[in-house]
Amino acid sequence: MAVNVISSGLSTTVQDLGRPGYYHLGIPISGGMDRFALRAANMLVGNDEGAAVLEAVFLGPELEFTAPATVAVTGGDLPPRLNGDGRSTWEAFPVKAGDRLSFGYLRTGARVYIAVSGGIDVPVKLGSRSTYTLGALGGHEGRALKAGDSLPLGAGTGAGGKGAIPAGLRRMPGSTAELRMLPGLYWHRITAAAGKQFFADTWKVAPEADRIGYRFKGGTVLDFVPREPPFGAGSNPSNIVDACYPYGSIQVPGGTEPIVLHRDAVSGGGYMMLGCVISADMDLIGQLQPHSPARFVEVSMDQALAARADRQAALARLRAHLGR
Amino acid sequence: MSIRFSFGGDEHIFAEVSEEMSLEAFFTSLSMTNAVKAAGIKGVTEICPANASFQVKFDPDRIKAGDLLKELQSMEGAASESDGTLQTRIMEVPVLYQDPWTHETLMRFRERHQNPNATDLEYAAEVNGLGGVEDFIKAHSSQPWFVSMVGFVAGLPFLYQMVERKRQLQVPKYLRPRTDTPKLTIGHGGCFSCIYSVRGAGGYQMFGVTPMPIYDPTQKVSYLQDEMCLFRPGDIVKWKPVTRDEYDAAIEAVDANRYEPVIRPSTFSLSAFNRDMAGTNAKLMEALNGR
Repeated sequence: MAVNVISSGLSTTVQDLGRPGYYHLGIPISGGMDRFALRAANMLVGNDEGAAVLEAVFLGPELEFTAPATVAVTGGDLPPRLNGDGRSTWEAFPVKAGDRLSFGYLRTGARVYIAVSGGIDVPVKLGSRSTYTLGALGGHEGRALKAGDSLPLGAGTGAGGKGAIPAGLRRMPGSTAELRMLPGLYWHRITAAAGKQFFADTWKVAPEADRIGYRFKGGTVLDFVPREPPFGAGSNPSNIVDACYPYGSIQVPGGTEPIVLHRDAVSGGGYMMLGCVISADMDLIGQLQPHSPARFVEVSMDQALAARADRQAALARLRAHLGR
Repeated sequence: MSIRFSFGGDEHIFAEVSEEMSLEAFFTSLSMTNAVKAAGIKGVTEICPANASFQVKFDPDRIKAGDLLKELQSMEGAASESDGTLQTRIMEVPVLYQDPWTHETLMRFRERHQNPNATDLEYAAEVNGLGGVEDFIKAHSSQPWFVSMVGFVAGLPFLYQMVERKRQLQVPKYLRPRTDTPKLTIGHGGCFSCIYSVRGAGGYQMFGVTPMPIYDPTQKVSYLQDEMCLFRPGDIVKWKPVTRDEYDAAIEAVDANRYEPVIRPSTFSLSAFNRDMAGTNAKLMEALNGR
């Protein structure tokens, strides 16, 4: 049982829920950028929620199945086609041996998660099947898929093949994405006025937006609090002695364009960070297209934890809806 | 030194031991992260030491941020009294300085550099007030370096020069980061050198390349079969300038998987080092060279 890659799409990778425990070596957690959608896709086909799926960005792959299976596509609105016939996203559908899955043009969102019953059964590396392309680790040969690749499927076909997730149970960013963030880390390095302006500005996703991080542009250049550069930090006011970068941390090299680190984050470096996008909103970043507008919204730790609970409740509603 | 703690969103606690780099700050960071590891605190998922800071990632569904913060703060006193003694390793890293690959790369990114008319080594020599490239290479390779952080990308070591602060080489990073750096480039930014473990973006000045693999996700390289990443914080590195012929011979050995890095066990004491840097480094060289 396998999935054959006829064409690869822009950058399609094998991802599961990630590879925690190696960040101290510079190996990031990886895994799906929109884990809500990844879990939903697995639920629809009857897999464990953390089974390995394919993550495709902007442009879908074309895939051929060698055996009957159940398939679901979740996340952005990248319309699936089975042998040319339209299928719905967020809905399980059966495939037969020889069937081909392709995609139309992206309407909304940025990434889709393609789950196949049994899961994509590439070798587990350091506890995960996720692809970390920069480090050539995990997934299929440590890289994005290419035409001609053949991906093995796990044995269990699951009890999926039915069920859909209505729009009210999905989670996608609004027309202007609101990314909630907890200020901290090196927030004290910028002036109070610059901090206020940072939240007031509407930013746009820059073309440099990938699994490592999302860059934002179009906002006001930050004013820094003057200082004598600490030994080893470097002379730019945005420099710090190279330190760890939290997931979701917002660094602003030179004070110009904020970068939010994501699942394939660089684990550290020498730029000050303003704080972190809260865990509940990391999924939303994975669904942002270049040039789309976004705002950063200040929250407290209590609000961050309430948002985290909301996201967990939304997952619980999905499970209940699908009878899991 | 009082540690500054800050929450990094709802899943991280970030701790800055000191704004400026020093081995004292590094050892406090290492003691803290070792103490956190030893405590086996439930809900802690990642413990990452850095040069003069550290970070703990946690699952807020299993431990409250405030409770974890209190636990970390309770460890601070013991960590700051760490005597800075480490059982560690000294290893030799061969370097082909002024190699053709970093040269080709730096020429492609001259418009992002402070001095488009000089190479990175020429610029580094100039800003450190050294006579020329040969003098800079001598200053870079004559004394050992201390691995004070592993990260950025998989297995990349940050290295801190084991000499008096006034002798430490400092070079600004590129004005704008490059989009390309050859694999196994020896880089330098601020007071840190590094070895780029993978090809990719980078902002450090480029001085040369090593033939010695330091990261192997396929775990085929003979000395990287147990651990994909060679370096750990606390390792000590001595650069060994090599000729092109020696570099080519090493690459041949790497390709045949019979390359054996020179790695020896050693101890390091921060207080002994601070008392007598030259003497400490001479002993490290004895350990490395088996004399």
